[in-house]
Amino acid sequence: MVEKPAAEKPAVKPSDVIVKEKVEVVQKEEKPVAEKITIGELHLSGCTGCLVTIADNYEGLFKLLDNYADLVYALTLVDVRHVPEMDVCLVEGSCCLDDELSIEELKEARAKSKVLVAYGGCAAYGNITRFCRGGQWNQPGQEAFVPISEIVDVDLYIPSCPPCPQEVRNVAVMAYLLLRGNEEQKKLATAYLTPLMQLAQRGNEACGCDLMYDVINQGLCMGCGTCAGTCPVRAVTMEYGKPNVNRDQCIKCGACYAQCPRSWFNFDVMNNYEGIMDAIKGAMQ
Amino acid sequence: MDVLGNYKSVIAARSTDKDILKKSQDGGIITTLFAYALEEGIIDGAIVAGPSAEPWRPEPMVATSKAELLAAAGTRYTISPNLYLIKEATRSYGLDRVGIVGTPCQIQATRKAQLYPIGMRDVDDKIALALGIFCMENLSYQALEAIVEDHCNQKMESVKKMDIGKGKFTVYTERGAVSQMPLKLIHKYVQPGCHVCLDYVANLADISSGSVGSPDGWSTVFVRSMKGNAVWDGAIAAGCFETKPIDQVKPGLDLVAKLATEKITKNQKHVDERKTVGLKADGTPKGLRNPYESP
Repeated sequence: MVEKPAAEKPAVKPSDVIVKEKVEVVQKEEKPVAEKITIGELHLSGCTGCLVTIADNYEGLFKLLDNYADLVYALTLVDVRHVPEMDVCLVEGSCCLDDELSIEELKEARAKSKVLVAYGGCAAYGNITRFCRGGQWNQPGQEAFVPISEIVDVDLYIPSCPPCPQEVRNVAVMAYLLLRGNEEQKKLATAYLTPLMQLAQRGNEACGCDLMYDVINQGLCMGCGTCAGTCPVRAVTMEYGKPNVNRDQCIKCGACYAQCPRSWFNFDVMNNYEGIMDAIKGAMQ
Repeated sequence: MDVLGNYKSVIAARSTDKDILKKSQDGGIITTLFAYALEEGIIDGAIVAGPSAEPWRPEPMVATSKAELLAAAGTRYTISPNLYLIKEATRSYGLDRVGIVGTPCQIQATRKAQLYPIGMRDVDDKIALALGIFCMENLSYQALEAIVEDHCNQKMESVKKMDIGKGKFTVYTERGAVSQMPLKLIHKYVQPGCHVCLDYVANLADISSGSVGSPDGWSTVFVRSMKGNAVWDGAIAAGCFETKPIDQVKPGLDLVAKLATEKITKNQKHVDERKTVGLKADGTPKGLRNPYESP
């Protein structure tokens, strides 16, 4: 809403002057940043695939940055040297114990962010860095890598290697609704984010074996094929209606278990799939 | 939520395509809808339960023609892991609009893959038509083999059709023999994972269909989503189906509701029993993992 310039309307009572001042404040803002949330990406021992995944939202990334979130910290994308205060910190990569700076920055990110996300398989579960044993150029002395939850408390997991652009988009939109939305939106965002927060509580070890331990062994597998379709390295195949994991090929990214409809299935969110997908689609237009 | 899920309309229907009816289990709804959607460009291909190297063992395949759809028509009473191809269909096959058919659990998996696309890159907006089939429970291939070969005493490769209805599992052979066994004897073969399933009529599908509720040769069809509604209206306008109001057929919607209630009540009880299956040192119950509460 644009107020008439005060010059056309002589101030006859104090409130006229107050209105004028308010308008000036709003007009001085170059862009309406006040309602956006702030997101940063802390890059530890990862391959930058997670960071690239954010950009894989293409025009959706611009929409996110225009309307919902300011990117306040990210390798190459943001010219900020030190970890700033932020609402949501996406941490990519595992933490190298032989690199003091990694530990310091991770702790700083924890202290300065409201929601700390283990973004991608390495941060959440170690992923491919679980197989590190040192002796690699150009840092042969670095051999100890741990999922970030060994060092700091983590609020939420986004597993897989690489994670999906659509999932980080959904989490960003839901984080926006959680922090800036009305009561109804907060409720939806909480319901949506809860299983990803529960994943963070579940632990930091993942493997295709989870399909055996926590799905088949628990009497929950019905052979839908999701795990095999999800696996980014094709380590899972379906043999006579059940997943078979090639454990030497598994990179321990956590995607298969998190995607399995029998790891969790929250009816309160899923039953409203049409409305939620329309809402996200609408938010991105 | 009601045991039958949200739906915009429910109707008894049968395909008008004679080729499809020759191969279909009941009313040929799924095959006809995919054939129509392919023809109209609503989908570029559909993930269906195709044939495999073994008789009656389905293997997921991406069908892009009516001939391929016909090869996959009819029910196999063992699961075809169709979700296996959901990402592949958008990658290797390069489909922008994917159709998928599945049991209720597979449609749940499809919706989870869309809402929480954790390892399902670029899939969420490419699911153009998700068709669900009614499902009480499912069997492993080896269990199906035991039922057909041991109980019904027929060779898998000589079977022409298998059917479940009126409390019986029936096997029809190529040479005209009919073998039957009571359905209740099948229960010991049911996959454990089916006992925690709380969906009978694929509540989250765009359109779901099954024989229950309609006369022989017909299917009951629930039209559920906006997308499903548009496709169904188009298929009706194109003359793909003959229909009857569901309240004018026997046994009708009451039977669907009865079976859905039975399944969900029984399985909810099983889910609850899992919470107290064991015993902790302090004398309190110890439970198994509950996917409806947390991962």
